[in-house]
Amino acid sequence: MGKHNVTMTINGESVTAEVDSRLLLVHFIRENLDLTGTHIGCDTSNCGACTIMLDGKSIKSCTYLTVRADGANITTIEGVAAEGTNSHLQQAFHDQHGLHCGFCTPGMIIRSMDLLKTNPNPTEEEIRWGISGNLCRCTGYNNIVKSVQQAATEMAKEKEASV
Amino acid sequence: MFKCKTSPEVGGMGHSVKRKEDARFLHGKGNYVDDVKLPGQLMMVMVRSPYAYAKIKSINKEKALAIPGVLAVITGYDLKEFNLHWMPTLLSDTQMVLPTDTVMHQSQEVCAVIATDRYIAVDGAEAVEVDYEPMKALVDPYKALDDDAPLLRPDKEGQEDNQIYHWEKGDRAKTDDVIAKADVVVKERVYLPRIHVASIETCGCNASYDKDTKKLTVYLTTQAPHAIRTIVALVAGHVGLSEEKIRVIAPDIGGGFGGKVPVYPAYVVAIAATFLIGKPVKWIEDRSENLVNGFARDYHMDCELAATKDGKIQAFKVSTLADHGYTDSSANPSKFPTGMFSICTGSYDYEHAFAELDAVYTNKAPGGVAYRCSFRVTEAVHAIERMVDKLAAEIKMDPAEIRFKNFIKKEQFPYASPLGWNYDSGDYKQTLEKAMEMIGYDDYKKEQAEKRAQGKLMGIGICTFTEVVGAGPSKDFDILGIAMFDSAEIRVHPTGKALARFGTKSQGQGHETTYAQILAEELGIPYTDIEIDEGDTDTAPYGLGTYASRSTPTAGAAAAMAARKLKDKGRKIAAHLLEVSEEDIEWEVGKYFVKGAPEKSKTIQDVAFAAYTNIPPGMEPGFEATHYYDPPNLTFPNGAYICVVEVEEETGAIDVKRFVAIDDCGNVINPMIVEGQVHGGLTQGIAPAMYEGIVYDDEGNVLNGTLMDYLVPTAVESPHWETGHTITPSPHHPLGAKGVAESPTVGAPPAIANAIIDALYPLGIKHLDIPITPDKVWDAIQVAKAKA
Repeated sequence: MGKHNVTMTINGESVTAEVDSRLLLVHFIRENLDLTGTHIGCDTSNCGACTIMLDGKSIKSCTYLTVRADGANITTIEGVAAEGTNSHLQQAFHDQHGLHCGFCTPGMIIRSMDLLKTNPNPTEEEIRWGISGNLCRCTGYNNIVKSVQQAATEMAKEKEASV
Repeated sequence: MFKCKTSPEVGGMGHSVKRKEDARFLHGKGNYVDDVKLPGQLMMVMVRSPYAYAKIKSINKEKALAIPGVLAVITGYDLKEFNLHWMPTLLSDTQMVLPTDTVMHQSQEVCAVIATDRYIAVDGAEAVEVDYEPMKALVDPYKALDDDAPLLRPDKEGQEDNQIYHWEKGDRAKTDDVIAKADVVVKERVYLPRIHVASIETCGCNASYDKDTKKLTVYLTTQAPHAIRTIVALVAGHVGLSEEKIRVIAPDIGGGFGGKVPVYPAYVVAIAATFLIGKPVKWIEDRSENLVNGFARDYHMDCELAATKDGKIQAFKVSTLADHGYTDSSANPSKFPTGMFSICTGSYDYEHAFAELDAVYTNKAPGGVAYRCSFRVTEAVHAIERMVDKLAAEIKMDPAEIRFKNFIKKEQFPYASPLGWNYDSGDYKQTLEKAMEMIGYDDYKKEQAEKRAQGKLMGIGICTFTEVVGAGPSKDFDILGIAMFDSAEIRVHPTGKALARFGTKSQGQGHETTYAQILAEELGIPYTDIEIDEGDTDTAPYGLGTYASRSTPTAGAAAAMAARKLKDKGRKIAAHLLEVSEEDIEWEVGKYFVKGAPEKSKTIQDVAFAAYTNIPPGMEPGFEATHYYDPPNLTFPNGAYICVVEVEEETGAIDVKRFVAIDDCGNVINPMIVEGQVHGGLTQGIAPAMYEGIVYDDEGNVLNGTLMDYLVPTAVESPHWETGHTITPSPHHPLGAKGVAESPTVGAPPAIANAIIDALYPLGIKHLDIPITPDKVWDAIQVAKAKA
């Protein structure tokens, strides 16, 4: 089994490790770094529970080799907001009851971060297509859509205030 | 409507307070089974059968054991030494833990590989060499009872064919007679496909046995931790696992929906492995293992509905063939092999009904889980609701009108149904009227007439269902003999804050919030001051768990009853503090006061403090109460759902334009959570109606065992749901509540099917089985056109 040294930034901290060539990024994050907020629901890029932010884009870490992430800047759900605080999306998911069992929630929030970055004012249809790579079996999606809408509104307000 | 008794700060019943459990999930701090990592952790992977039916000629472990890090390969022969290679199912059938000679369905567990790491365990599983001799699989349940069908279960004494059981209820002769003489009889074979709960978290466990203390701890994806503990003690008692030394912990669960009620073979293997090795063994199911093993539904129902020519229903008969796979592992109460299927007479008032069912073995995965449904209610409701629509179409009556004509009337409750249920309460007319008003039924009828005139396909579908949830009562309901009550234990601390523990287990339903709200309602302690704990058998009181919408009807009631015990004790303490007699003390939420002198009062917090510091002479100190609640009856939530669809004739594409769901689940604890549960259930209702169904080929291979081809609806397939409520409290539940989370899964599929078939009606299409996919619609349209 080939071994490789990798260095990456995860949630603002630099991490260096020697890993097997075949180690998937989601396992590196969950098992080597004990960041268990990133989940595995399918292993095949269908459900999106493993979604993380890598170099500013949301990706599914269950089908991404750790070695490929060498040098990357990664944000997982644990790094979305400072401890004890909520990002606009986290707050909105709480306010709008956008989560039930919580298993899809980290991936759903990271995916929504990316969506709002590229489209700060999405329509309901754009939100539904935007999160269609992430499955939720509990909520029926209505309140996830409302959560993303609330976060978009709050982020726009904040942007306006800062101008 | 429900009037709140408490302030929003106290947050009792009726307040849409935000959920207490959210914070950990939002920050990635949930604790699911796969997140539990123990010192010396080992991983287990199952080797599974590629064949649906085959003899196992040999299993060669050598190459696997030669891989560094592979510690053991466990086969059925290894388990046989401990008499653990078979286990009982909940319904007195038997299921292989690991086979010794034959595999009975594709993806059945063949052996287990234990290794130091999950990658090495997979390597080991790949290296195990199994020599199979494939046999002709029995796939079609209609062929299971043919003379030339292979006898699938020769291991069972006295089993001479593939029939598992015959069940029937009602008066066959009288029902047949009424049907024979009726003006109108509609008939249909209605199939509810084999589907999977597909919770986003799959199943798994982490079993850890300490050889010194003899204590077994199992972290498990289970909806019923106490029942599992007792089952483990009963099944494995002979090897020295004793119930007081077994601790089952259900940590956070990533969706259950009934799929996390059964005991899966890999759980037992992991327990056996840790028992032998003395190190923690973790097994996490992958997605294909999840989708291909276990199932729900799979009922073929031959229905007959008889009525007068003006649409008064007279009799309903349904004969069902149930495909159980190779063993009956239905997760039903013992005396109910078909669950609550006899609710199939529906929301309508008529005298005569008969239901029968034959269950058969095939070479398919076992299951029969109660997928977000109180044991076969989904099947029952689909049958009657499709047939009522078919009757309406036959006599050219509006589907709403035929329902109004036949509804059980408000004043008829409690209502004894023809198949033996005692419906507690409902106002079906009001509920349907509300749904029609909300969606604008009359306007859609006009629009439909216009569209039909233009040759366009538009349909309106109604479902008015009655559920039966909340098992017990314990005189009728048990799981392996254990009565189906549930429990609550409350400890109020000296500072007036509380910890309450329950025998149920949330899988996303929001128990940490709603149970706290029930206690806030009863005691006046703010819901934010009450911690809720479930799922650990070492700390929680005994209960039968969360499924079949039973948490609010049973444990929710137990919470109210335990709180009332505390309130009674509190009254004595308050009388002591206020120096009056107990009879002079009155209660309003959160405080006791002296009759006629409300300024003389003690808060519940004052009383709690006194319970530890200033106890009346002779009274037992402390402020705690426990209640085991055995419900006197089930509860009967109901609803009226209306769906509007358009179908594109050229492609068969179906567009759900509107969907309105009006639910009546009695008094509501948290409207926000109830609405969320309804949304989620509706999406799990559209799933089998339009997208999901496990497909087998003739050899018993599953053709859609991944999420690539088993279409769990995304946000795009899921419509924008519109919801509302009527409130008819349950007369026998201490809070007037009924349970809700399964109603939408039960009610949505027939509403959608009825809408699509209504759209296709001008073409002469009178029935389609779900899932109604575009290709199925397109095929039906071509056949209909060819006939025309």
